[in-house]
Amino acid sequence: MKLELREITKRFGDFTANDAISIVVESGTVHALLGENGAGKSTLMNVLFGLYDPDGGEILLDDQPVEFTGPGDAMAAGIGMVHQHFMLVHPFTVAENVMLGHEDVVGPAKLLDLEAARARVREISHRFGFNVDPDAVVEDLSVGAQQRVEIIKALSRDAEVLILDEPTAVLTPQETDELLSIVKDLRDSGTAVVLITHKLREVKAVADTITVIRRGKVVGTAEPTASQEELASLMVGRDVSMTVDKGPADPGEAMLVVEDLTVVDDATQVTQLDRVSFDVRGGEILAIAGVQGNGQTELAEAILGVVPTAAGTVRLDGETVTGRSIRQALDAGIGFVPEDRTTDGIVAEFTNANNLILDLYDRAPFSKAGAISPSVVRENAQKQVERFDVRTTGIDALTGSLSGGNQQKVVLARELTRELKLLIASQPTRGLDVGSIEFVHKRIIEERDKGVACIIISSELDEVYALADRIAVMYHGRIVGIVPPDTDRDTLGLMMAGAHEEEAA
Amino acid sequence: MSDQTTATEAPQQERPGRASTVLREILSSSTLVVVMAVVASLLIGGVLIVLVDEGVQEAAGYFFSRPGDTFTAIFDELGAAYSAMFTGAVLNLDADTFAQTIRPFTQTLTMATPLIFAGLGLGIGFRAGMFNIGAQGQLLIGATVGAYIGFTWDLPWGLHLLVAILGCLVGGAFWGFIPGILKARTGAHEVIVTIMLNYVALNLVAWLLTFDAFQREGSNNPISPIVAETAQYPKILGSQFNLHLGFLFALACAFGVWWLMERSTLGFELRAVGANANAARTAGMNVTRATVLVMVIAGALAGLAGSAQVLGTEKVLTTATAGSLGFDAITVALLGRSRPLGTVLAAILFGGLRASGPTLQVQAGLPVDIVFVIQALIVLFIAAPPLVRSMFRLPAPAIEKEVAA
Amino acid sequence: MSASTLDAPATPETAPRSKDWRASIALGVIALISLVVFGFGSASGADTTFVVARSTDFFEVPGFTLPSQLAAILLSVVGLALAGYTAFQANQFRKVGIWVPVVYGIAIMGALLTWAGAGRDATSIQLTGLLTSSLFLAVPLVFGSLAGTLCERSGIINIAIEGQLLAGAFLAALVGSAVGNAYAGLIAAPIAGALVGLLLAIFATKYWVNQIVVGVVLNVLVVGLTSFFFSTVMSDNPDLNRPLGLASLPIPGLSGIPVIGPVLFNQNLLVYILYVVVIVLQIMLFRSRWGLRVRAVGEHPKAADTVGIKVNRTRVRNTVLGGAVAGLGGAFFTVASGLAFGKEMTAGKGYIALAAMILGRWSPKGALAAALLFGFADALRVQLGIIGSSIPSQFLAMTPYLATIFAVAGLVGHSRPPAAEGIPYKK
Repeated sequence: MKLELREITKRFGDFTANDAISIVVESGTVHALLGENGAGKSTLMNVLFGLYDPDGGEILLDDQPVEFTGPGDAMAAGIGMVHQHFMLVHPFTVAENVMLGHEDVVGPAKLLDLEAARARVREISHRFGFNVDPDAVVEDLSVGAQQRVEIIKALSRDAEVLILDEPTAVLTPQETDELLSIVKDLRDSGTAVVLITHKLREVKAVADTITVIRRGKVVGTAEPTASQEELASLMVGRDVSMTVDKGPADPGEAMLVVEDLTVVDDATQVTQLDRVSFDVRGGEILAIAGVQGNGQTELAEAILGVVPTAAGTVRLDGETVTGRSIRQALDAGIGFVPEDRTTDGIVAEFTNANNLILDLYDRAPFSKAGAISPSVVRENAQKQVERFDVRTTGIDALTGSLSGGNQQKVVLARELTRELKLLIASQPTRGLDVGSIEFVHKRIIEERDKGVACIIISSELDEVYALADRIAVMYHGRIVGIVPPDTDRDTLGLMMAGAHEEEAA
Repeated sequence: MSDQTTATEAPQQERPGRASTVLREILSSSTLVVVMAVVASLLIGGVLIVLVDEGVQEAAGYFFSRPGDTFTAIFDELGAAYSAMFTGAVLNLDADTFAQTIRPFTQTLTMATPLIFAGLGLGIGFRAGMFNIGAQGQLLIGATVGAYIGFTWDLPWGLHLLVAILGCLVGGAFWGFIPGILKARTGAHEVIVTIMLNYVALNLVAWLLTFDAFQREGSNNPISPIVAETAQYPKILGSQFNLHLGFLFALACAFGVWWLMERSTLGFELRAVGANANAARTAGMNVTRATVLVMVIAGALAGLAGSAQVLGTEKVLTTATAGSLGFDAITVALLGRSRPLGTVLAAILFGGLRASGPTLQVQAGLPVDIVFVIQALIVLFIAAPPLVRSMFRLPAPAIEKEVAA
Repeated sequence: MSASTLDAPATPETAPRSKDWRASIALGVIALISLVVFGFGSASGADTTFVVARSTDFFEVPGFTLPSQLAAILLSVVGLALAGYTAFQANQFRKVGIWVPVVYGIAIMGALLTWAGAGRDATSIQLTGLLTSSLFLAVPLVFGSLAGTLCERSGIINIAIEGQLLAGAFLAALVGSAVGNAYAGLIAAPIAGALVGLLLAIFATKYWVNQIVVGVVLNVLVVGLTSFFFSTVMSDNPDLNRPLGLASLPIPGLSGIPVIGPVLFNQNLLVYILYVVVIVLQIMLFRSRWGLRVRAVGEHPKAADTVGIKVNRTRVRNTVLGGAVAGLGGAFFTVASGLAFGKEMTAGKGYIALAAMILGRWSPKGALAAALLFGFADALRVQLGIIGSSIPSQFLAMTPYLATIFAVAGLVGHSRPPAAEGIPYKK
C-alpha cells in the first residue's frame, strides 16, 4: 500500500508543529523520518494515526484521500504504529493486549475467544521468529519483548503501513540490530515501514528513502548513501561537530570510592545492583554506559541515598556517605542531575526562582530562622538565569512551561550553585536539541576541569564517547568492565549485552 | 507530547511583579467566575424554590388564562426567599435597634468561624497534595478532648480556656496523624483512611457519651455537661451577640497559615512535596515528615474548628457536634482555592448561607436544606470554569488554571 | 532470522517475591485475642444455644447446644492453625486459597458468638435469622460496591456512591408512592442513580474536575436536594412518600432447603436481581469484550485509545451504568424495606460500599464477599444488642471502617487499584 501525506499542517496554539509536510511512502520500502527531538516527527505520525486532527492537508492511501477520526480508522485502513512509549496494558497477557480493540468473540454476550487470540500470537510470533508466549503477563516481559508484542499487535491487524516511533531508544545495540533485521524482513514481505528516529546510523542501515524534518518543516530528502555529517547538518541546520571540544583530563586523587555496593528492591526482592565497585577521581569523567534498566538508575540513586543500600560502602573524599540521608549527601558536596527531570528534577508548578533553590531553600542566604527571604531568592534566580542562558520570560515563569532544554539548564544551574565534590548526571541530554546538548556538555566539562569528580550515566553511546575519560559498562546490575574512551562501538555493544571485556574485544 | 513542548517556548504569559499578585488574583477572570458561580447557584436555587411553591403551582394551573398571576407568584416567592436570606445573613433592616440590625451578620461570622479553621487546614492539605476528607472526624475528636477538659477540669480563668483549646488542637492533630503516618509508611490512600476514620470517630464519641464521665448528670441522653464558663471563648461584642473570640483567633490562624505557606521554609517544603514528591525527595526534603506534618497541622486546625463549636457556639458535646462541618469545610477550601484569604471569604459566604437558615424557615417557609443545594452547586460551578463561562458567554482566558487540589 | 537470544530482561522471568508475613501476623494476632477473650473468657461450664431453623421453616432442624468455653477455644485454635498455615505458605512464596479467610472468618465469628451467647439460658443465637439479616443488610452495600467497581475499573473514582444510593432511595419512594406500586419504585431508582452518575461523568471527563471533589460535592448536593424535596413536596403531600414493600417471593423447592433456603431463596425481587447482577458483572467484566475494553481504559487509557477504543465514552457509559446500579441499591432503603423516605437515610452506607469495593479488590465477587462480611457485622450488632451482650454496639459498627483501614494499609494483603484511576484522559 502506498501512503502519501500531502501538506499536513498541525498547530498547537501559536506553535506550528507541522508546517505543510508532504511525504510519500511506497509499499515494500523503508522510509526514514529523520529529525531532532522536537522537530515534529511524532506529531506528524500522531496525525497520520488519527490521534490528532490536522489543521490542514490530506492523507492518501493508494492515491485515495482518507480521513481518520481516531486510531480505529487508521488501523482499519491498514496503518499500524509502534509507539515510543509502548501502548501495552501491563496487567494483561500478551494475547489480551494483542486482541484488544479487535477481539474475537463468541456468543451474544461477546465473550472473549482467548484461544483464537493465542493462536494468532503464536502464528505471527512463529512467522518472524519472535518467541513470545501468548499467556505471559506483559509487565513481566523485558523491554525488547514488549516491543515485539507491539509489532505483533500491529501485524495482527494486517497493517500494511507500519510506523515505528523511535524504536531503538530502549534497546541494546544487539537488540537494535535484530530490530533492524526485522524491519528488513517486513519490508521484503511488502510492508511499507516508516522509521522515526534521530539516530543516523540506523537510518543509514535500513532506509530506502530519508526525509529530514526540522522545526516542523521538511528541509530535505537524502539518499542512504549520504554521510552522517551531511545528514546531521541537514537535521540541525548548521554544521555540527560530532565531538565536543575537550582537553585532556587532569585527574587528581580518588574522590569517590564505591565498594561492593548492592541494592535490593524492597517490594520484589530483586537484586538491582550487585556488588558494584569502582572509583572516580577528581577532575575526571566516568561515563556509565548500558541499556536502560541495568542498574544505572539505582547506582546513581544509591550514591545519593534515594534508595537504601543492602551492602557495600560509598566514600566521598574519604568520608563514608552510605546510610546518610539525601540531605546529608547533598551537604557533603554531591550534585545530582536526575534521569527524569520532570519527575525528579523540577517542580513544574513552581516558578523558576523557586526551582532554582529547591535544594537550597533552607540554607543561608536564602532563608533565616525558618523564614525565606524573597529578595535573595529573586536575586539568585536572576543571576542563574543569565549565567545559564535559560530562555524564559522571567524568573516568575513556571518552570513547567519551559522547553526540556531550558528545564535541564535550571536543574544544572541549581546543582552547580553549591561547591561540588561529585557531580552525578543521569541522561543529562535526553530529549534535548543539539544546541542545548552542546551547552550541557560544555558545562559538565567545565566542572571536570575545576576538579570535580563526574559520573555521567547515558544510554546514548554518542554521549558516552563525547564526555568520557573512562567508560564503565553495566549489565544486569553489575559493572562488566571499565574501559578506556577509545574502545570501539562493537566491543561496548557486546559488553552492554553482558559480555566481559576480554570476550567482547 | 514531548515533541511540541520541547520545541516551543510555550505560550508565555505576562507575569506581573510580586506586589500586584494579590490584586491580580482578585481581579483575574477567575474571580469573575466565582461571582458568576454564586449567581448561577442562587438562580438554580430560586428555580427549585419556585418549583415547590404552592402559590406558584396554583397560579400555574391557570397560566394560560392569566399568565401574569404565575409571574407575580414567582416574584413574590423569590423575593421572600432572597430577602429572608439577606435578613438572616447580612442585615435585618426591619429591626428596631442597631444591635438587632447587625445581629445577622455577627451570626454569619459566628457560623463562619469553624469553617475558617477547618477550611484552612484542608487548604494546606490540598496544596501539599493531601486529600483530607477527614476534617469531620478530626473536628469531633478535637472537640471531645477540648470539651472534656472544659467541663471536667477546674482551672483559673484564661488558663482553662487555653488548655481546652490546646486539647482541641491536640485531639484533632492526633486524628490527623493516623492517616498521615499510614500514608507515609504504608502508602494507604488518605482519602479512604480519612473517610473511614470519620465514622470511627463518630462511633467512638457515641460510645464515650454512654459513660457517666461524659454524660450530663441525671440524663441518659448522649449529651455532655455544659462546658465551664472559664473554658468558653469570651463574647467579643457583648452578651447579646454570639460572636466569640474564636473568630478573631481564626483570622489570626489565617494569617499564620499564609505566613507558613508563603514565607516559611517549612511551607516551601510542604508545597514542593505536594506538587512533586519525587523532586522534593531528590532535593533532600523529608517527604515522610512533610506528609505526616501536613495531616497533623490540618488535623490541629480541624480540632480548633471543634473548639469553635464546643467552647464557643454550642458549649456541649454531642454526636452531632461536627454536623456537616467537615464536608462543608471541603467546599470552603475549594471555593477559597486553598488560599487563606479566599478561605476566610468563602467561609463567611457559607457561614451566611447557614445563618440564613432559620430566617428562611420562618419568613419564607423554606427548609434549610436549600442552603446545602446552593452550596454544592457553587462548588460544582467553581470546579468547572468552562461550564460557568459557557453559561454566561464569558471569554475564555488564555490558559485555564486547573481547579485547586 | 534467529529467535532472540540476547534478551535482556529488566526483571528476571521468575522474580522472587518477598515473603509477606503481614497477613499471617494479622490473622494470628486476631486468633490469639479470640482465644484469650472468647475462649478463656467464656465462663467454664456455661453453654451456648444455637437455633438453626425457625418454626415457620419447611424443615425442622433441631438447634444445638455447645459447651461455651470448649467450643470457643477449639474455634480459636482452628483460627490459629489457619494463621500458621498462611505463614507456612508465605514462607514458600505461595498464596493461600480463598477458603482460608472464609473458614477463618467463620471460626472466629463462631467463637465470638459462642462467647456472647454463653450462659444465657433465656436467649439463644438465632443462626438463620442472623444470616438472613446479614444478607438483607448487605444488599445496598453490594449494589454500591458494584457501582464503585464499574466506575473505577474504567478509571473514574466514584465517591458519590452515597449520593447515588440516596437519590435512588428518594426516587423509588416518590415514584413508587405516586404510582402506588413498589415495583414502579424499583424501576425509578436506577434512573436517579444514573443521573448522579452522569453528572459525575460529565464533570470528570468533560471538565477534568478532580473526581474526589465532584464525588464529595455531589453527595452534599443530593443530600440537599432530597432533604429539600422531602421537607417541601413530600411533607405537603404525604401520599408521595408512603411506606411500600416488596413481597418475599420464595422460590419453590429451593426455599425449602434448611438454613440456606430461607436465607437465600425466600427474598424479595431486589435480592434476586442482586444475585443476577453479581454473576453477570463478574463474567462480563473479566471474560467479555466489553470487560476487556473497560479494564484497558482503566489501566492504560492511551493504549486503549490507540487501538480505537473511545476512552471517555467508555468512562461515561460505565459511570452512568454504575450510578444506575447504585441507584437500584438505593431502592433497598425505601420500597424494598417497606419504609418511607427519610432525610439522609442512607447514613454513610455509600462509604461502607466504597470500603467493600476496596476490600473486594475491584471485583464483583470480592465486593459481594466484603459486603456480606460488613452486613454480618451489622446483623451481629443487632443480634448482640438483643441478647444484651457486653460488646458496645459502637465497636461492631466500627468494624467495616477499621477493616478497610487495615486493608488499605496493606496489613491484610495487597490491593492494587486500576492504574489510571482518577486521572482525566486528555489527548
